[in-house]
Amino acid sequence: MSSTTQAGGAGRIQRILHKPITAALIAIALGFAVAAALLAAAGYDPGASFAALFDGVLSKPKYISNTVIKAAPIILTGISVAFAFKTGLFNIGAEGQYIAGTVCAVLVGVKLDLPMPLQIPVVVLAGVAGGAAVGAITGALKARFGIHEVITAIMLNWTMLYVNNFVANSAAYHRPSSTASLPVNPSSFTTILPEWKVSDAGLEALRQVPWLYDFLVKTDVNIAFAVAVLVAAGIWFVLYRSKLGYELRAVGFSRDAAEFAGMPVGRNTLIAMTIAGAVSGLAGALMVTGIEPHSISTLAGFENYGFNGFSVALIAGSSPIGCIFAGLLFGGLLYGGQSVQMAVGAPTDIINIMIGTIVFFVALARVVPLLADRLERRRAQKRGAQHA
Amino acid sequence: MEPDASFAVQMCGIVKEFGAFRALDRVDLAVKRGSIHAVLGENGAGKSTLMNVLYGLYQADEGAIFLNGERVEINSPTDAIAHGIGMVHQHFMLVDNFTVTQNIILGDEACGAAGVLDMRRARESVTRIIDEYGLEVDPDAKIEEISVGQQQRVEILKALYRGADILILDEPTAVLTPQEIERLIKIMRDLAAAGKTIIIITHKLKEIKASSDACTIIRRGAQVGTVSVADVDEGELAERMVGHHVNLVVEKTPAEPGEVVLSIRDLVVRDERGIDAVRGLTLSVRAGEIVGLAGIDGNGQRELVEAITCLTRAASGTVSVKGAEIQNTSVRNVHAHKVATIHEDRQRRGLVLPFSVAENAVLERYREPEFGRRGVLDRDRMRSFADELIRAYDVRPADCADRPASALSGGNQQKVIIAREVSGDPDVLIAVQPTRGLDVGAIEYVHRALVAERDRGTAILLISLELDEVMSVSDTIAVIYNGRITGTFKQGEVDENRLGLLMAGGEA
Repeated sequence: MSSTTQAGGAGRIQRILHKPITAALIAIALGFAVAAALLAAAGYDPGASFAALFDGVLSKPKYISNTVIKAAPIILTGISVAFAFKTGLFNIGAEGQYIAGTVCAVLVGVKLDLPMPLQIPVVVLAGVAGGAAVGAITGALKARFGIHEVITAIMLNWTMLYVNNFVANSAAYHRPSSTASLPVNPSSFTTILPEWKVSDAGLEALRQVPWLYDFLVKTDVNIAFAVAVLVAAGIWFVLYRSKLGYELRAVGFSRDAAEFAGMPVGRNTLIAMTIAGAVSGLAGALMVTGIEPHSISTLAGFENYGFNGFSVALIAGSSPIGCIFAGLLFGGLLYGGQSVQMAVGAPTDIINIMIGTIVFFVALARVVPLLADRLERRRAQKRGAQHA
Repeated sequence: MEPDASFAVQMCGIVKEFGAFRALDRVDLAVKRGSIHAVLGENGAGKSTLMNVLYGLYQADEGAIFLNGERVEINSPTDAIAHGIGMVHQHFMLVDNFTVTQNIILGDEACGAAGVLDMRRARESVTRIIDEYGLEVDPDAKIEEISVGQQQRVEILKALYRGADILILDEPTAVLTPQEIERLIKIMRDLAAAGKTIIIITHKLKEIKASSDACTIIRRGAQVGTVSVADVDEGELAERMVGHHVNLVVEKTPAEPGEVVLSIRDLVVRDERGIDAVRGLTLSVRAGEIVGLAGIDGNGQRELVEAITCLTRAASGTVSVKGAEIQNTSVRNVHAHKVATIHEDRQRRGLVLPFSVAENAVLERYREPEFGRRGVLDRDRMRSFADELIRAYDVRPADCADRPASALSGGNQQKVIIAREVSGDPDVLIAVQPTRGLDVGAIEYVHRALVAERDRGTAILLISLELDEVMSVSDTIAVIYNGRITGTFKQGEVDENRLGLLMAGGEA
């Protein structure tokens, strides 16, 4: 009798170990462990460093707000990558689609000045359309000519970087004596209560509630995170509850079976890349409309919003909902990491190493279920030996 | 079991567990030196696991292995090879653009002074082994240039080159034509006569009767018994393998064919290289009739199916269903004309393996309003539909609707496909190799399902590389050779020899 309960307990552990989230959590723990070892080796106190990290994320409303602000765009690019991955595509083009989103938002938002309820959707949708168009180019080339999406996406990333620089420096958009473009018109701002909070009345009212003052006035708190959560839910619904998502996943898992079942494989590739591009473009548009300086700058290299999305999607196991949490973790590390440098003088590189380590261990996480099996086997052997 | 030197292999009380699943439960196997010993069992019964334990790919949790009466520990294939055990896997492990000799010596290269590869010496020893056992392979041919049967001989040579005295052949006939199977059986006999011990893993009863001396039967991880093959017939073997009586003969009443439903006229289809694979093929299938297409692999069967299902364009000719031409339209149009297809590659074409059984059940029908309106899937209906199919076709386990299709056994995967294809009341059913890789029980089931569908009035085109299957299931047998129909016969009007001759391109 006792052996059955034992087996039941072991079975539970095994089930837990087989859950994808366990692997992610173990990877995160290992990432922290490696960072601790590095900090200790470099002569910094790991305890104090991590304390600074957590303080830098959680100790003030302002910090929490900034973490969430940092997280929002990479949650969206993460969802973009995760969605494409679920449909069998590697969207390494999230970076270029993100840039397309920022550029198109600026193109429209600088020239157009409609009433806010119209202006915001128009500017944001312009960014979405830009990202979608870049995604669609990749998708169409793959669907029509079979050109691998990674190749075209990498080239389009650079293309978009230079388009960005072209627009930022063009006569119509360049802001004199700067390296940036003109900012979009304030009617496009997706910051929460952008005008009221800096008005005299607003400032007066907010001073009564210090944490809210911290939250609203000291940071560019905007709608991006709320939008990202909605998009995550929406993408989840499309993937798992809609007929389109059913088709897209079928194509992603098995092109041959999908083709044989009569699904339009090429069209689905185009649709999937377009949607993925739209989500990345949305991230770009919300950055421009939601965060100072509301403009695009001349880029010497990528800002990594798209590439960080890759890490987010990886940590999230390509789950759109998981991207919310992975994005918050990532945003927290990026933002809180700056405090580590200030508090204990440890270089922020340590944080980047930590992020890299977490991604590395997540990639290795396939090992965890295997380890679980081995554990179980050893237990079984021990049991066998006891019986014998 | 006592260690006994007259046995090349003795495996005693082998236990192997994967997690909580006991794949082998105290299995004994004793193989006499110089004999051909079959290990028989259904898919998933544990026969491959047992052989993987012998070859060191798995370690047994309990039990002992004796070779020639000596206790041995085999912890890796390297140990197994050192003990003179060789294994030929079902899927060959050969480098396509290497020569036969290069493949054979790969990993065990003959080296001269300073570690320089001595190809001349290597080729000599390979040639010697080829001659010694009459294996007939060109040592200088590249793997991609030789037939599958010859590739298998290269695998056998690889084992012999490494000094194997005990050869394990895993499902060796699965990829071979009838002629090649005969050839293989002769090679096995020659090897046994030369003192080698051969263990063959299979679920094909006919081949056991034709090749083996003894047979150990494994059912659900437990050993059912070992029999002398000469003393039992195929029916008894089948019964012991599955645990209940099996009907090896397909039971059916004479066909009552109606009008022509599927009609193929002068069809020409080119393969990927642009060469005519189907060359003016004409064939018709009537309602309530099973037409079996017999032929050796690569005579245009694949291209024929792809043209009927509109995966490939037909260069010329027509395919019509009830008078409507469907060639060169779309897969969905073919479905709309009530043509259902059981594809030969169920894991690649028939199922989306990571999808649940319920999701797979609607793979061709999810767009119908029945399974959800306004683009949203009705998951409850999908589930209940899948449950109906699972119940009607006895798919096991019965609660598999939410499990991934990959978790089902091959036979149950096939049941899901057949249930799905038949669920739309098709007028035409194309069944391509519907029993490939299935065990006896599942084969019987598939054949009965085909006959039941025929009796419902469906026109069935059965395409199979198994001549026995074509001969026993079909009402009409057509032979395909080089992209054309070279003969059409009523069932019972023709014997295996005549069909074999036609299949090989001879005149009947």
